[in-house]
Amino acid sequence: MRYPFPVGKSDFIQGDEAIARAAILAGCRFYAGYPITPASEIFEAMALYMPLVDGVSIQMEDELASIAAIIGASWAGAKAMTATSGPGFSLMMENLGYAIMTETPIVVVDVQRSGPSTGQPTLAAQGDVMQAIWGTHGDHSLIVLTPATVQEAFDMTIRAFNLAEKYRTPVILLTDAEVGHMREKVDIPNPEDIELVYRKLPANEEEAKYPFGDIHGDLIPPMPIFGKGYRTYVTGLTHDEKGRPKTVDAEIHRKLIERIVNKIEKNKKDIIDYETFELDDAEVAIISYGIVARSAVRAVKILRSEGIKAGLLKLNVVWPFDFDMIERIAEQVHAIYVPEMNLGQLYHLVKEGANGKARVDLIPKIGGEVHTPQEIVREVKKCECGV
Amino acid sequence: MRFKLSYEIRDKYLRKDMLPTIFCPGCGIGSVLQYTLRAIDELGWSKDEVVWVSGIGCSSRVPGFVDFDGLHTTHGRALAFATGIKMANPDLKVIAFMGDGDTAAIGGNHFIHAIRRNLDVTVILINNFTYGMTGGQVAPTTLKGLRGTTAPYGSFENPFDIAELAVAAGANYVARWTVFNYVQGINSIKKALQKKGFSLVEFLSPCPISFGRRNRMKTAPELIKWYNKITVPISKAKNMSPEELKDKIVIGEFVDRDRPSLNEEYEEYKKRAKKMMGWEE
Repeated sequence: MRYPFPVGKSDFIQGDEAIARAAILAGCRFYAGYPITPASEIFEAMALYMPLVDGVSIQMEDELASIAAIIGASWAGAKAMTATSGPGFSLMMENLGYAIMTETPIVVVDVQRSGPSTGQPTLAAQGDVMQAIWGTHGDHSLIVLTPATVQEAFDMTIRAFNLAEKYRTPVILLTDAEVGHMREKVDIPNPEDIELVYRKLPANEEEAKYPFGDIHGDLIPPMPIFGKGYRTYVTGLTHDEKGRPKTVDAEIHRKLIERIVNKIEKNKKDIIDYETFELDDAEVAIISYGIVARSAVRAVKILRSEGIKAGLLKLNVVWPFDFDMIERIAEQVHAIYVPEMNLGQLYHLVKEGANGKARVDLIPKIGGEVHTPQEIVREVKKCECGV
Repeated sequence: MRFKLSYEIRDKYLRKDMLPTIFCPGCGIGSVLQYTLRAIDELGWSKDEVVWVSGIGCSSRVPGFVDFDGLHTTHGRALAFATGIKMANPDLKVIAFMGDGDTAAIGGNHFIHAIRRNLDVTVILINNFTYGMTGGQVAPTTLKGLRGTTAPYGSFENPFDIAELAVAAGANYVARWTVFNYVQGINSIKKALQKKGFSLVEFLSPCPISFGRRNRMKTAPELIKWYNKITVPISKAKNMSPEELKDKIVIGEFVDRDRPSLNEEYEEYKKRAKKMMGWEE
């Protein structure tokens, strides 16, 4: 197959562009979107590439329609993606919940800008963490990935599709204007070297009768896509294993929702991804994600050079969340610092994870700029040295 | 036309484990469903090639009762979901079974844009002038002066004429009937299903429980009489003055044309893209 961009070599491209190329290499053949800064470049790249690879790129009337269209496309058998930023992401919450309830594999990219409301369209923020995890209503779970570099934006886009297909769930690629608009060198592998995952399809008629049942004991039902003769009914209402609406039966509701949550929770080990830096003997820990983690690496180096034994935990996945790991870190260190480009979102999860075993301090920053390493150093030193 | 027995249609197309339906006595949705199934049956379409899409409300429960692939989605968004289904797999034939609130209120924007694109989908629209499932609130189609639980003194807003709206937005086929126009209804659905691009068949459908009861029409026969009073065939309406047409609803076939559909346009677009990139001659 011919690709409309170089493969098997490196290129110097924007984060948004990297996400679009990775999506195509991951097998995405349906993109629906609505323009919004700073995510529009993803759409523009998809618009350029999709017709050439016999995929579809379509500009919908709004964000509600965009996510609706990709859910429809997914049931028609396509790997599908949309991208947006905070205000548009808010509009998608209704149908994000529908995708969770109907166990539809889709990828939603949120290139964060600041809010609330229209906020700062061209500047970066990390204010959508809680929206990504808990934005839609009801009890649910999903997967949220947080790239810090353009290369990670590329790699994690492919992973986002693989996780969506594997767990039959929406996956959010939660990046920001800084990563989205920054240009960096990206290694683009040969397509044959990329490991791709495809959704489990029903093996036979019998399996197809239970599109929402745990027939393999792995909590993930095979997905009978439309037009294959299985005649599946899909509804956002509480449904039984066959997909029949059962809206007033507490037991059926409990069983369905617990399975949807547990298929993520029980596979945490497979999904969660993180990196550590100088954490083994650390006495203070910095926990960070996305663009801010890059400043945090430098901050750790500076702190170490000044005699403070600091270490970093960089989260590549912010949901599902490894509360136990945070508690283990909290038992080892006496303080945890959470630098975030917001007034405290991941901070709450870290504090819950630390479970009182260590002090947890937020290092907030809003207004559109990434923390400098010195700012993180200054805040840590202020507390550590009592300055 | 020779009609099959209703039992044959029921046994062939309905999911027995989903019966009985949720519909109230006197409701018109079952009739329109039967017309749609008869149209599919007469066209000889396979159950495996048709996908039914719906939003929220009484009429949106229909895909659950029929033995086809079906996507019962969020309020008003059926056509946005349908866009993804049809564009991702153009071989599928897509029917959107929708209500008036679903189509013209919360889904108004999706509706006009699906038509503007000329999406290859057939909308079967149940217009009962009310929000039936939520208990009889007024809809964007409620005629002025008629009552609903959110306009207890009679609606004070101008209603939408959905069929005219669809014509103006560019639909390839638009027809409107009452559920009592049995033969015309089935023929229109057959035409609509075979049409490439956007097609709409609107049915004025009785809702005695949520709508009629609040407007001195407690039974379906009373609503039939009312429909007879307020509807005018399109041929007759052409010779009527605006004053005479006030408070009347025109029924019949509004438009039948063949503008290129979205799927056809996209096939051409892909060719153009490859040519412009020098990939193809």
